[in-house]
Amino acid sequence: MIQIHCPYCGETLPELEFAYAGEAHIDRPVSPTEQTDEEWAEFLFMRQNVKGPHFERWRHVHGCGRFFNAVRNTITDRFYTTYKAGEPRPDLATLLEEDNK
Amino acid sequence: MSTYRVRGKGRVDASKPIVFTFDGKPYTGVKGDTVASALLSHGVHLMGRSFKYHRPRGAIAAGSEEPNALIGTRRGAGRFEPNTRATVQEIWEGLETTSQNKFPSLKFDVGAVNDAAYMMFSAGFYYKTFMWPRSFWDKVYEPFIRAAAGLGVSPTEHDPDTYASRNLYCDLLIVGAGPAGIAAAREASGKGLSVVLVDENAEMGGSILSEPQAKIEGKTSWDWLSDELADLKAAGVKLMTRTTAIAYYHENLIGLVEKLTDHLPTLPADTPRERMWRVRAKQVVLAQGALEKPLVFHGNDRPGVMLAGSAQTYLNRYGVKVGNSPVVVTSHDSAWYAAFDLQDAGAYVQAIVDTRAQVRQDLQAEARARGIPVKLSHTVTATGGRLRVNNVRVNPLSGTNVGAGQWIKCDALLMSGGWTPSLHLFSHTKGSLTWDDDLTTFLPKDTPEDCVITGASRGLWGTEAALRDGATRVGEALAKLGVEATATEYTVADDRTGSGVMMRELPTDRSPGKAKAFVDFQNDVTAKDLRLAVREGMRSIEHVKRYTTNGMATDQGKMSNINGLNIAADALGKKQPQVGLTTFRPPYTPTTFGAFAGYHRGEHFEVVRKTQIDGWAEENGAVFEPVGQWRRARYFPKAGETMDQAVTRECAATRASVGIFDASTLGKIEVVGPDAAEFVNRMYTNPFLKLAPGKCRYGLLLGDDGYIRDDGVIARVEEDRFHVTTTTGGAARVLNMMEDYLQTEWPDLNVWLTSTTEQWSTVALNGPNAAKLLAPFVEGIELTEEAFPHMSCVNCTVAGYPARLWRVSFTGEIGFEINVAAPYGRDLWEKLWEAGQKYDITAYGTETMHVLRAEKGYIIVGQDTDGTVTPQDAGMDWAVGKKKADFVGMRGLKRPDLVAENRKQLVGLLTEDNSWLEEGAQIVFDPKQPIPMTMRGHVTSSYNQGTTGRPIALAVIEGGHSKMGETVYIPMPDRTIAAKITGTVFYDPENSRLKI
Repeated sequence: MIQIHCPYCGETLPELEFAYAGEAHIDRPVSPTEQTDEEWAEFLFMRQNVKGPHFERWRHVHGCGRFFNAVRNTITDRFYTTYKAGEPRPDLATLLEEDNK
Repeated sequence: MSTYRVRGKGRVDASKPIVFTFDGKPYTGVKGDTVASALLSHGVHLMGRSFKYHRPRGAIAAGSEEPNALIGTRRGAGRFEPNTRATVQEIWEGLETTSQNKFPSLKFDVGAVNDAAYMMFSAGFYYKTFMWPRSFWDKVYEPFIRAAAGLGVSPTEHDPDTYASRNLYCDLLIVGAGPAGIAAAREASGKGLSVVLVDENAEMGGSILSEPQAKIEGKTSWDWLSDELADLKAAGVKLMTRTTAIAYYHENLIGLVEKLTDHLPTLPADTPRERMWRVRAKQVVLAQGALEKPLVFHGNDRPGVMLAGSAQTYLNRYGVKVGNSPVVVTSHDSAWYAAFDLQDAGAYVQAIVDTRAQVRQDLQAEARARGIPVKLSHTVTATGGRLRVNNVRVNPLSGTNVGAGQWIKCDALLMSGGWTPSLHLFSHTKGSLTWDDDLTTFLPKDTPEDCVITGASRGLWGTEAALRDGATRVGEALAKLGVEATATEYTVADDRTGSGVMMRELPTDRSPGKAKAFVDFQNDVTAKDLRLAVREGMRSIEHVKRYTTNGMATDQGKMSNINGLNIAADALGKKQPQVGLTTFRPPYTPTTFGAFAGYHRGEHFEVVRKTQIDGWAEENGAVFEPVGQWRRARYFPKAGETMDQAVTRECAATRASVGIFDASTLGKIEVVGPDAAEFVNRMYTNPFLKLAPGKCRYGLLLGDDGYIRDDGVIARVEEDRFHVTTTTGGAARVLNMMEDYLQTEWPDLNVWLTSTTEQWSTVALNGPNAAKLLAPFVEGIELTEEAFPHMSCVNCTVAGYPARLWRVSFTGEIGFEINVAAPYGRDLWEKLWEAGQKYDITAYGTETMHVLRAEKGYIIVGQDTDGTVTPQDAGMDWAVGKKKADFVGMRGLKRPDLVAENRKQLVGLLTEDNSWLEEGAQIVFDPKQPIPMTMRGHVTSSYNQGTTGRPIALAVIEGGHSKMGETVYIPMPDRTIAAKITGTVFYDPENSRLKI
């Protein structure tokens, strides 16, 4: 069982307290009615399905209840970082470099 | 003393005899014996029958890797366990054991006819044989496979034992208490670290237990061992025996199963049978040792044929000679020592047969000194004996030529094909392996976990090498823990080191196609099967494995994987690493369901949520049903009533006068804040901005894909406060969805969401007399049509309790829902119940609620919808706000496939012959079409207990809304039912009964 750092609680806690919530950085369009069918389908259904480092959302559902973002390697399950919702996407190359140290 | 027990040998206590039974016959062993060692001490090698061919089998090993000697063990009622390894189970007075896979008896087994039909049962047999004709599958093949499949017999009784689970956090966990593990523990001890050392055996020591001749640091190995363990204990190291590390999970989480009672003659009170430990260790040392490889030759599975190292263990640890006149066949030095030990213990070793031309001079000299005949460059081509090996055919080798065979009489055949490092837990870490050409085996390379691996698991051989490696390698782990380490330099005299060569099938002068040379003993896979699989096109080891089932038995190929790989690689003409090794997966050894379940059984398996009124329902004879995790009263039968009778009565009484219903399980979410109305308006399809405080509105929740997710009544309690209800099962899901949109899409909205499901008790009153019954209890509002119309809400006092009173109806009758603080629920209920007696008040359950709502065409999300139903499909377009700028699902509803013609739509169904339809029954338009018919929809709700005098049903049907009055057909096994499509409202379509 992996352990996950909640950026809101500031603690690293067992996976059991968290729930996966899909790919991160997919913004719901501000004016959905102006979206074409293709754009809306892209927003609803299309996901990266990354093999390797993946930007994704988690919720500390049995803790503070907050949604946050994480970069996790889908092969090894390693978490490179977690950060608050709304914060910019961290630079992957830098993250991987830091992780190698 | 039994015939094969050697006086003065072993770590067993010969002065303490223990009687147990095997297949009903009593045997006497001694304290310290396993079932296998005790049976072997009586010369009993035959312990079971094999899985596929029902061949007689004996113990081949002495530890948990044993594939053959699987037995059932019993300790009185309920305590039967199949597939126990006889080599692990310790004996105790009165233990009952039975052999498996035999009928009628172990010595004469009818199923052994499979053995005679060996040529038929080759690799892929099932795939090839059970293909056709198709009609044979149900009647012939499946019953045959079911009868033949499986090892042992499943227990049928309730397990009376308890199983515990615990968490443990430590600095260092060491798996395996052989020389490497103990040396690692010594370096780590006394440094202020929490150190745990675990071993699956009853005693710690590993290979040291089988090598009493060695002198470690000037002491005999056994003296050294007991001193060392005492020191470790004194230094605070946690020593755990009979504890198997079954799995290595992410971030150094290791699962341990500790067996606490299986070895005890009487069960101690209040002690679990097994305890699952979830250990989170900062650092881990894996010192699991190595497993000996069998040699692959015709007849290598006969009882009496066993691993040489195991024979050495039986002798030195248990004081049991596995035979008086054994033959040793080997390609590795280690087996020579087994021969020497047996000879020294009084056996007459008939020959040491070594496939190698060159063997160390000192070993040959020792054999000569003992008078043991040595046959170098020889192979074994067959064994004889029915239930026990009694001779072995030995042939000289000259290059690739196999000379004439010579039979040697023997009562045991000890084999060694070398040793395979035990990499199971290392593999669980996703550790990478590297192929070692010299050792012809895989060795551990890198692992992403904080873990080091040491000793024989790294391919090292000999006690001194293992001790030194354990002491050195643990240093890496200690350094990461910030502790300085200096590796102790151990010196071992009379150490046994050695080397060997890898063999595939032993060379033979017989037809390889007829050889029964076993690779996987538990699954009865032979070398011929593996080569056949390659000939038939299997290229990857994963395919070879699945086609032949090599390594797929409960021992997970502990003995067979490397032999299987070597043979498959040879057949493919490739190097082993190009063919690859299959993945080891948890658990390391078979583990009981009890250990995994732990405390989560019976009432503790899952939480049962009960309302405050649940006790009243129980006292009044309710029959309950689970809804989500809730237990809800389904109906309240009177004496002698069936469910149908009770529900019919409850429905009629509610429509005639008044019914009372516990609605407390409905999900409730308090939405509060300056932007609460905006938030609810964006979440739900209906318009909420202009809903006045004191009013309720039905709300439909969609996903952004446009499909119905949930529904419920929403009350605007105050300007900035909404009381949202959800379906009973959907509460957590809806709150999660709301939080998701609030936190991540609209963080600008100033809104707080709180789950209040358990803060309120909700009592529903429905029926023409509901207002009359309730009015005297209410202070603060008059229950008239004018003052408190349908879909109103008010904060008032009911029966003296502060309440949120709603006028809503899920039955079509005048209805109220009274929300009071949860603890007052039962008192309120009882007061209403008492006062309601003059109206013949009737308590009803979920079943009646379902019937009454269906008569009104009110949907139940998840029953009448299935995640692909839009509001339009459900005939609820009225609930979708037409002037809203956006709500969740609004854009989704315009998706091309959601506005397409001929979607499945919710309609009513009335059967032409007044029969009741099965929920889930499929609907067709043309009942005369050939099978398979085109299915056009299905029945979602169907009841026959209502007040309309006939069965009613709801269904989703293609284009249903434009097919009113048309007839559709529901084919059932015995007949086809015709039904007419109608609207969904079967009762009071004018809603006249809602009025006070």
